[in-house]
Amino acid sequence: MNLLSVLVFLPLAAAAVLLIPRISAGVARGVFVVVTAAELALACLVWARYDTPAAGALAAEEQARWIPGVGSSYHVGVDGLSLPLVLMTTLVFLACAVHALREQRRPRLQAALFLFLEAVCLGLFVSADLILFFVFFDLSIVGMYFSISGWGHRDAARSALKFFLYTFLGSLALLLGFVGLYVASDPHTFDMVELTAHPPLQGHGVAGGLVLAAVLLGLAVKTPTFPFHTWLPPAHSDAPAIGSAVLAGVMLKMGTYGFVRIAMPMLPDAWRAWAWVVIAVGIVSVLWGALVAFAQTDLKRMIAYTSVNHMGYVVLAVGAAGVLADGADQARQVAVTGAVTQMVSHGLLTAALFLLAGSMFERTETYDLDGYGGLAGTAPRYATLFTVAAFGSLGLPALSGFIAEFQIFAGSIATVPVTAVAVLGILITAALFLRALQRVFTGPTAGLSVGFTDVTPREWVPVALLLAVSVFIGVLPRTLLDVIEPGAAVLAHLVGR
Amino acid sequence: MHDLVLVALVALPAVVGALLVLSGSGADRFAVPVGVGTTALLTAASFAVSFPATSRPTVATPFMAGADLGLGVDGLAALVLPAVAVVSALVLLAASGTPALRTARFYGLMLLFVAAALMTVLATTLPTLLMSWEVMGATSFALIGYHWRDQETISSGTTAFLTTRTADVGLYVAAGAALAGGAGLELAALPNASGGWRDVIAAGLVVAGLGKAAQLPFSFWLSRAMHGPSPVSALLHSAAMVAMGGYLLLRVAPTLAATGWADDAAAWAGAASAVLLGMVALAQSDLKQLLAASTAAQLGFVVLAAGVGATAGGATHLVAHAAVKAGLFLAAGIWLEALGTKRLSSLTGAARLWPVVAACAVASLLSLAGLPPLALWATKDAVLAAAAEQSPTLYVAGLLGAALSAAYATKALVVLTRHIPDDAESRYDDERNGTRAVPTAAWLPLLPLAAGALLLGVLALPPLFTDVQELVGGTAPEPSTFELVMSALLAVAVIVATVAVMLGVQGRRSGWPRVLTDWLFLEPLAHRLVVRPVEVLARRLAHLDDAVLDRSVEATAGGTVRLARAAALLDDRVVDGAVVRVVSGVRRLGGLARRPQTGQLHQYYLQALAVLALVLVVLVLVR
Repeated sequence: MNLLSVLVFLPLAAAAVLLIPRISAGVARGVFVVVTAAELALACLVWARYDTPAAGALAAEEQARWIPGVGSSYHVGVDGLSLPLVLMTTLVFLACAVHALREQRRPRLQAALFLFLEAVCLGLFVSADLILFFVFFDLSIVGMYFSISGWGHRDAARSALKFFLYTFLGSLALLLGFVGLYVASDPHTFDMVELTAHPPLQGHGVAGGLVLAAVLLGLAVKTPTFPFHTWLPPAHSDAPAIGSAVLAGVMLKMGTYGFVRIAMPMLPDAWRAWAWVVIAVGIVSVLWGALVAFAQTDLKRMIAYTSVNHMGYVVLAVGAAGVLADGADQARQVAVTGAVTQMVSHGLLTAALFLLAGSMFERTETYDLDGYGGLAGTAPRYATLFTVAAFGSLGLPALSGFIAEFQIFAGSIATVPVTAVAVLGILITAALFLRALQRVFTGPTAGLSVGFTDVTPREWVPVALLLAVSVFIGVLPRTLLDVIEPGAAVLAHLVGR
Repeated sequence: MHDLVLVALVALPAVVGALLVLSGSGADRFAVPVGVGTTALLTAASFAVSFPATSRPTVATPFMAGADLGLGVDGLAALVLPAVAVVSALVLLAASGTPALRTARFYGLMLLFVAAALMTVLATTLPTLLMSWEVMGATSFALIGYHWRDQETISSGTTAFLTTRTADVGLYVAAGAALAGGAGLELAALPNASGGWRDVIAAGLVVAGLGKAAQLPFSFWLSRAMHGPSPVSALLHSAAMVAMGGYLLLRVAPTLAATGWADDAAAWAGAASAVLLGMVALAQSDLKQLLAASTAAQLGFVVLAAGVGATAGGATHLVAHAAVKAGLFLAAGIWLEALGTKRLSSLTGAARLWPVVAACAVASLLSLAGLPPLALWATKDAVLAAAAEQSPTLYVAGLLGAALSAAYATKALVVLTRHIPDDAESRYDDERNGTRAVPTAAWLPLLPLAAGALLLGVLALPPLFTDVQELVGGTAPEPSTFELVMSALLAVAVIVATVAVMLGVQGRRSGWPRVLTDWLFLEPLAHRLVVRPVEVLARRLAHLDDAVLDRSVEATAGGTVRLARAAALLDDRVVDGAVVRVVSGVRRLGGLARRPQTGQLHQYYLQALAVLALVLVVLVLVR
């Protein structure tokens, strides 16, 4: 069996086994950790065996008959754009599994649900068929709905419903776009490699624009970009810690991954025609997300809005990659490389921040930033981890965020100079994180900080793992960039067709 | 071998520093020996890579965006690198005299900062530079806010980081422009970028340099930074951080010159800072604030040097000023620890208490005043000679800045060396409880620094200056004897005049305008023009996000429910109603159809007759 298929179906099988009611909570938690660790090991194996495939081809490929009637098959494979996300996904899920070792509420079902989610997320990133992609896309929404409604807090039911309806609606638009691609292709196919090699709708301005609009709408809701982001803050603030970590760390990337995997290479003509809209949405998302985050007093809502900001950088960069200019080929590649790096980086850092927010809620049942003070005194280890994660999120060098954002800015500004206004985003995020650090951790110990116990190994080990990988990327980025750059070069070329 | 040393110069303090920070209070015992030992090694390494003048080691490894992560020693770096290392080592030694700072966190952060500063000196590409540049900013935040229990100091750290990061935006933009400009991201290649892009690069570099160097209009962060521990000020505001702003501009001076305007902009910004912040320094009543404003003013000379192409003069001024200011900040820190105050009026006569501290401080202040033949007299003239070549106005502005240096240095000197007033004891301890003692570790580092403050001027005087010019590159004019004598006379005259005035106004309160005592109102202005509007905008947008965007989504959802209800109603009343009506109509027809079935035979006959008649009529009509 193909390694990628094992990667997808192992957690699915484990999830099915965990549905047996007789399995004890302890065993379930153990299975959760062991399977996610095995998944990480498998992903590392895929990475170790990975050789950059030829332009337009995939590595570790497998194809099997599935629904031949509509030209859809079970087709999986990875390249430089997806492999980093696969590894990042397995890391985030392992971190979540360790964090959940003390879960008291239905641990068996939670482990099953999250293993199912891991299978779905990995399945999406390795899909090379639009129907397969769509199935995973929608199943992820279903899984996350149950995670929020079943293990969330406060107004969880309502937030879960809002999340489900909004993103599900977005997925319908996406499906419409996929059908448009299918209908326009000749011979009709849902195969992503085929559609990329022979993009339909080239030179069909209106039809191409409409199909792109449908795809973009679906991806914009999932990412989310301004103005489709309002489901995100309530979903995060009411989700359990590991739910938030997976939602922000992995699931938001499904939207941005769709841009680089589907919208750009399959609709290059339309993408170039509408690149300005994408850039504008990116810039507005960057600034809007940062400014609104600046005004928040609830930790989780603040992090949620910084996600809008960080995903805005990705959107901005992929938009800029669609603007052809003389001698800007290298800059466009740099922008795409930055965008993919940002997906990985944001996954690591935001997952870390949400796990830390979860530790806070476990102790005090509130995310109110004004309720604390001098927490560095009572919980020094927690303060250290939070500070590192916050500095990573504001783009400090030596962490992965800088590698991502530097390339995004350099590449975008070189292609579309007006994107320089987005650099203000890193200033506002710096201001908001420093202010949050100041409010919560410094000053005399006060309010909820009194009696706040420091994080236990079960809590700090997964966060430290995520941050260590972020630092590794920040200091030695070549390991990652050597994989991404060839993929980004191919994509920049495909968009330029 | 030299390549390895070059990497170690950055990697060693970075790794040791990170380990110290992460290991927490358990490692406090090792903090001082590890910290001081590391910087001692760095000092040796810095000389080793700087002074085999024949080989200039460089190392590079692929990094990102087509650029390398590159370190290299060129002439300019060879001059500045040892200065940064030496000052770091001396400051870390001095810090061990303060018990509160003998922690793993403090020494770890300092080492991280030193790693970033050394990397800034060695950086050969823009990504490398930006990397170290921003880490320097972030560690300065942590160092200034070291005593985090105090909200004021942590907020000063935030101010410092945010202000310098605002200027750093210039570097990000410059990187984008460099990528577009076609010449690549190597610092040395930037002058070759194509026309318009080169202008953008230069503008970005100037903004970034001015921000770090605390030049106008960014100077206020330096004032706030004085809330940090004194050893932090001694390192950040002498040889590193602030100095790195000036260093960057010296390094990219060819790029600035290539634009034809950026060099002038830098020169004027530097001259303006030298004059205006010199006036601010003169008006200060707090020793550390005076020194801070003086730092910004002195860096003005370095920035001016970058603008007029006097790279060698600027570099020697940078190095000499590092020695002078590190010593003075350490001395201020010693008095703050021992006497519990840094207010000038309370420090009256402080120089009479501990003779070694006093001698070193006096030497440094006289050097700062530009008294010949001390260091800053010569280095500053090396800068001004080039300025005179460019524009007489710049030269005059520079002389004015020099005169102001003489005035504020003398002001501090007079206060510190006066007789100790009888009520001195009552004025101490207004900030903390002084120890009334000076540990050896605290004063020992002052000696080499004072020696530097006295002697480093030789670098800017013949015959050595020619070698320095050759080392650093550039052919700026050397100061003429006339210029040297002129500035010497000016310094002496101002010193004498200041002493006279100071003795005259003894006891009276000085009436400096608030615009000078409050640093030109830069911080309130930044608050009013930038911080407040952004905060208001953020609140408005957050409200908009909730009240308009989210509400409209909710309204759509609510609208859908209402639409569904209306459809249900329509379904009940109209669709189902139509079905019901059809059914009842059929039923009525059925009722009608039943009427003829009476069971009466004669009526059936009549009905048959009627039907027959009807059929006949139809047949007749149809035919």
